[in-house]
Amino acid sequence: MNIGILLKEGPYNHQAADTAFKFAEAAIAKGHKVDAIFLYNDGVINATRLGDPPQDDRNIAARWTELSLKHGVEVLACIAASKRRGINDEVMIEGGEITGLGTLTDIAIRNDRLLTFGD
Amino acid sequence: MSEEQDIKKIMHVMRRAPHGSIYTYEGLEMILIMAAYEQDLSVAFIGDGIYALKKDQDTAGIGIKGFSKTFMALDGYDVEKLYVDRQSLEERGLTEDDLVVDVEVMDASEIGRLMNEQDVVIHH
Amino acid sequence: MLHTINKSPFENNTFTTCVRFLQPGDPVLFIEDGVYAVQAGNRFGALIQSVLKKNNPVYALKPDLDARGISAIAEGVKTVDYAGFVDLVEEHQVSSWL
Repeated sequence: MNIGILLKEGPYNHQAADTAFKFAEAAIAKGHKVDAIFLYNDGVINATRLGDPPQDDRNIAARWTELSLKHGVEVLACIAASKRRGINDEVMIEGGEITGLGTLTDIAIRNDRLLTFGD
Repeated sequence: MSEEQDIKKIMHVMRRAPHGSIYTYEGLEMILIMAAYEQDLSVAFIGDGIYALKKDQDTAGIGIKGFSKTFMALDGYDVEKLYVDRQSLEERGLTEDDLVVDVEVMDASEIGRLMNEQDVVIHH
Repeated sequence: MLHTINKSPFENNTFTTCVRFLQPGDPVLFIEDGVYAVQAGNRFGALIQSVLKKNNPVYALKPDLDARGISAIAEGVKTVDYAGFVDLVEEHQVSSWL
């Protein structure tokens, strides 16, 4: 099964980013393809590399980079939502990209599932 | 694959009041972009989502751009399937006449049946 | 259609709203704070049982139950891990009630 994920909430404030990651990890482990994670609303804050969580906490940004580099998952931040919130190419995590809502539509069309995580 | 098989049924579900949070506004932006892709789009208004359609909203005093009138533009993008949950409407003391656009007021079981036919459901 | 619910029913009406739209046979999966709905002996037990009686399977995400110290859950509710969540998604389209 090919899966797209829509993540609508930022990291740490809400569990959504953690659940989305755990789900993606489990899907990949079962041999499914996670095509893309599309960040929307405050979800785009997942895409900044400026976050610096304490050593004993999980690093959510690093998780997205890992999914992108190791498993070929596209990590995409909506441009309109990003501009509102100060997310741009300068602060973008490794493996992440800014794109438009048209790409989300393509993701919805080309995958077997589009799963939403948020608040 | 034929062109028809490529068309996906996508339902957007509006469940939050406008202005208090951005979900409905950014949800509407998503719908407007998706509308250009000629998919089978529908929008369901459930719970506080109905408030987004209320007439006479004036946001000048709160300094946030209003967008209730943008829902009127959906028709021009061929997004014509607008469903409103009857119970949510009645609970709020509203009727169809209080809304800025023409909608189909339906029972939850009927909207649920339509939801079940979708390829993609996105709650905002 | 798989319906996921991530809100505590004590704070938010997502669960009670979702139930009105459920079609026969649709599974419900509680995740995140949603799992408080299935704790045994709470006031949502009757609603959980009525959902089960209508042939809607009810699941709760085990890691979320564990994280919240919930071990006794309502009769008939099954638990799944993230892999089980993936299996449910493989069987059904998904409506995530945020």
